[in-house]
Parts: sequence; structure tokens; C-alpha cells
Amino acid sequence: MRIVFKTNYMQDIRPWKDAYQLCLYLILLAVVAAAPWWLDDFYLGELTNVLIWAIAGLGLMILTGHTGQVSLGHAAFLAFGCYANVILLEAGVPFLIAFPLAGILTGLAGVTVAIPALRLHGIYLAIFTMALSILMDDVIVLAEPITGGVAGKYLGGVEIFGFLVDRWGTPVQFFWLVLGVAMLVTLGYINLLRAPLGRSFIAVRDSEVSAQAMGVDIARTKMISFALSCAVCGWAGALMGMYSGAFNNETFSVLISIQLLMMIVIGGLGSIHGAFLGAIVIGFLPQFLSISKEYVGAVFGGNTVAIPGLEFGIFGMILIAFILFEPMGLYGRWLKIRTWFELFPFYRKDMFKRQKSYLKTERLR
Amino acid sequence: MSLLEFENVTLKFGGLTAVNDLSFEVEEGEVFAIVGPNGAGKSTVFNLISRFYDPYAGKIRYDGHDLLKAKPSGVAAYGVARTFQNIELFEHATVLQNLLVGRHRHRKSNMLSEVLFLPSARRQELENREKVEEIIDFLDLQAFRDKMISGLPYGVRKVVEVARALATDPKLLLLDEPASGLSVEETTDMRWWIDDIRRQMGITVLMVEHDMGLVSGVSDRVLAMADGAKLALGTPAEVQSHPAVVEAYLGKAS
Repeated sequence: MRIVFKTNYMQDIRPWKDAYQLCLYLILLAVVAAAPWWLDDFYLGELTNVLIWAIAGLGLMILTGHTGQVSLGHAAFLAFGCYANVILLEAGVPFLIAFPLAGILTGLAGVTVAIPALRLHGIYLAIFTMALSILMDDVIVLAEPITGGVAGKYLGGVEIFGFLVDRWGTPVQFFWLVLGVAMLVTLGYINLLRAPLGRSFIAVRDSEVSAQAMGVDIARTKMISFALSCAVCGWAGALMGMYSGAFNNETFSVLISIQLLMMIVIGGLGSIHGAFLGAIVIGFLPQFLSISKEYVGAVFGGNTVAIPGLEFGIFGMILIAFILFEPMGLYGRWLKIRTWFELFPFYRKDMFKRQKSYLKTERLR
Repeated sequence: MSLLEFENVTLKFGGLTAVNDLSFEVEEGEVFAIVGPNGAGKSTVFNLISRFYDPYAGKIRYDGHDLLKAKPSGVAAYGVARTFQNIELFEHATVLQNLLVGRHRHRKSNMLSEVLFLPSARRQELENREKVEEIIDFLDLQAFRDKMISGLPYGVRKVVEVARALATDPKLLLLDEPASGLSVEETTDMRWWIDDIRRQMGITVLMVEHDMGLVSGVSDRVLAMADGAKLALGTPAEVQSHPAVVEAYLGKAS
């Protein structure tokens, strides 16, 4: 077991434990950043998709994983960010202004939604936000002059410092753009978690009464959490729009909301790693399924006809399996495996025992 | 002027009168205990101070301010910290994080400086950490600093809760049954800590406690309550021998 000998408070404040851990993450970053050299265009596109989902996951993680407010409506904010970005671009705003602005506008939209949502807890909040996601579909259709309605909108490449960044034309540049955004969001998230605001999110999640007694304004904290969460989702939505090129009211359906929530549950609620691990599962599962279907067909005979609903069926089964056997998600499983090796042979089964209900902020009400 | 004043405070839940015309004063620098049988309204008094409930009638003053004007989250800013009867720690966070949440009322940084972790945010973190370390030293929590609350034994959680309350740098500390569920040794420790909190840190302590040994050991004055009303107020010895208190606990001699 690696024991870090602490001699300075900064060792707890800086994001990495020691030089070894920092090196590991830098190597990972270098390997991913070099992906265009070791991946073909198809898989580079898939990797880009995973990173975009991870950004969206980070957005929802702020709200659900760290503040304990379940949202089934984040597809609405993905859509908002996507349309805000495109509409600003069409108005002639340069991308470097339009893109951040799209996130900020989505954050403001989130605050507007948060004001009535603040009174709701647990399942009621989930239903409220789900309704929001369903409503967004209709709003996009009704606001046809702005959004293009059912016909949707199309977005070609954008220009950044004279470089053309286009999903199809220049996938490498687009990949780096997405990676850059993912990096910035992750760094901001890490900073948040080591500062008072991030801790107040956790406080609200784990016990509203005592958070209040410590001077944390519950309503305000939830509102900020909503704003940050929606802003990050807005950026993810904008990137999703650029990734798919064309989109309409059905692109960001309520199914996307559910998928997003499933993703962070599978990845592991309450951890940054969880958003990325969940995105890898959600992003690669469809490809994995179609590839394995071919193998199954080749080995056992039979056909490779698409089975409707197979993907969602398997997603559902994976989710049920995680909730039953590993509520801490993939990241929690990884922590357990790592601890098992670190402490071998002293690992105890109850080391990571925790209360069954993850979201228990409704107590004393 | 007293630090905390209750003036004819009444609280009703529907038809039930939880606190009935209660008046008392807590002086600065004393340890003031509230005793009484279950359901006497002791914890309700704490929840009134924490502003979880609005009284039906009466006034609560703290250090010259009208406490009833404060929001629940604003009470901490006055320098009032509390613990809870059924431990209310942040379960999925480490001891250190829990104590750092206690520093929240001293937060000066804003969202932007925290997301960018500017030097000012870093300085603030270092300051908070230093204060929290003092509390950790004071309550002997060094061994648990990086442990998750969900994995800690009950006795330690109780101490962590006191530590988190102390981390807010309070003037008035409300302890809701600090010794309930503790072993004899742990109760003795708690007794010395309460003594030290008052003597070394100069913090006024208001506590609800059933353990009469602890109450008579540390408190200067005791308020006995039954059915939401005041039975007796005085030194521990006076209250323990007060006929109304004896009656409330043991019943009337027939």
C-alpha cells in the first residue's frame, strides 16, 4: 500500500495525492490527446461522443451526485444549450463567444426552473423535471420561427482562430475542442469540490438540517447547483449539436434524460470518475452490441437482423444489476478492487458499507 | 445583559403545546443544562433557537438581537452552533470535510474564485484548515481525519459532531444530549471537554442531557422542564431536590 506522508496542508488541498498519481493522470491525458494518431476516424468520432456524454454527465453529477437532487429533465437543458449555441452562431456571433454564452444562458434557464423546483424533494423533483423534458419537445416545435421546429436545424463547421472545426470535415480538430472543454469542466469541478461551495453541496445532499445549522442557505445552494449543472449541460448540448450536425425536437427526447441519469448511476454517483466511466459504458455499448451481434451470428449461425429495443433492454438490465449489486457504480467497484489489493489480505467486506438510501435528505420533514 | 433570552415563548403543534410560556436566560460563560422527562420539549427549545420552528408567541433574543428575524441558515452567523440528538453528520464525506463545512459561515470567496481556485480561495482553505486542525487536536480526532463518517463508530461520530459545531467558532454552543449512547469512559471524556470548551475557549454551553452525573458535574445552572413548561431553575443540587422535579420523574407519593 502506498502511504502518503503528509507534512503540509497543501498536500490535502491540491487535487492530486502525490507525484505518482499526478503522473498517471498526465499520461492518461497524453494518451487520449494523442488519440488521432492511434485511432481511425470512426473510433475517434466514438471517443468524441463519449467525451461529450462525459461533459453532460459531469453537469448532472453536480446536481444529482453531489447535491442529491434527482433530475430526469436534463435533456431539456442539453437542447437549450444546443439551440442557444446555433442561434447565436447564426446571428453571426463568433464561436468563442457564442459557445460560453450558450452555457451561461442555459445556466440562467436552470435558475428559472430551479425556483419552483426548490420546494420539491426526491421523487417529486424527478417527476417535475421529467415533465420539463417532455415539455421542451413541444416548446421546440411551437417556437418554429426560432428553432426550425420539426424540420430542425443544421450546423456546419465553426471557425476558431482561423481553423475550421467540423465534425465531418476535420474530426481531429473537433475532438481536441471537445477534449479541451472536457478538461476545463473537469478542472473547474475539482476546484469546486475542494472549496466551500462544493462542500456545501455535499452538506445539502447528506443532511439539510445540519447544513442549515452550519449556516448553509439551502435554497441558494440548490439554486447555484442547478445553475452550474445546467450551464455544463448547456455546453455538452452545444457540442452534441455540433457532433450530430443536424437536430430537431426529437434529438433531445426524454429518453436522453433517462439515459443521462442511468449513465451517472452506472458510473458511480458522487464522483467525477463516475461521469467518465458511465459515459464510456453508454457511449460504447451500442457499438459493442452490434459487433458482438455479428460474432454471435457468425459462431452460432442465425441472422444479424436488428432486434428492436435490444439496446434499451440491455441498458435496463445493466442498470438493475448495478442498483442491486453495486450501488456505488463502476467507480465504487474500482475503489473496492484497488483497496482489496492495497490491503491484501486484510480487506473486510463491510469496509465500504453505506446506508441503503443514497438520497436521504428528506428526513425531518 | 444575558447572551440568550427566552421571554414567554409558546409553541403549539396543532392542539399540542410543545413549549408553554417558557422564560429563561443564559448568561455568558456559563454551562446551562436543560433536563426533563421525554417529551418535555427540551429539543424543541433547541429547534426554536435554530429557527426550525416559529414560536406561536413570545420572544427569543440573542446577544441583543431579535433571533426571530434570522433565517434558519442565518443563526450560525450570530455564532450559534449546535449538535443533534440523532447525529446529523454528512455521512458520505470525510471527518475533515465535515469540519470544513463548519467553517462555511466564514466563507469570503465567491463562486468564480472557487471554480478557478484563485490564490485568495487557496489562502482561505489554508486558514480554514488551520482552524479545523486546532479543533482536531483539541478533541483528539487525528486518527479519523480522512475517514468517511459512514464507517465510524457511534462514539466517534458524537465527538465529530461536537468538533463540527466548534469549527464554526461559536459563542454559544448547543449540545443536544452529548452523552446519549456513550460508554462511561466516553461520557467522562465528554465531561472534561465540555469543561474545557467553557474554560479554554470561553464558549457558553447550553445542553440538553439525561445523564444527571454529567449535568451536575459540569453545569452551573439547570432548567428542569415537563410538558413544555418550566418546573425549576437553579443549581444542579437545588433542581435535583426540588419537589416538582422529583414528582415529574418519580410520580407523586400516594
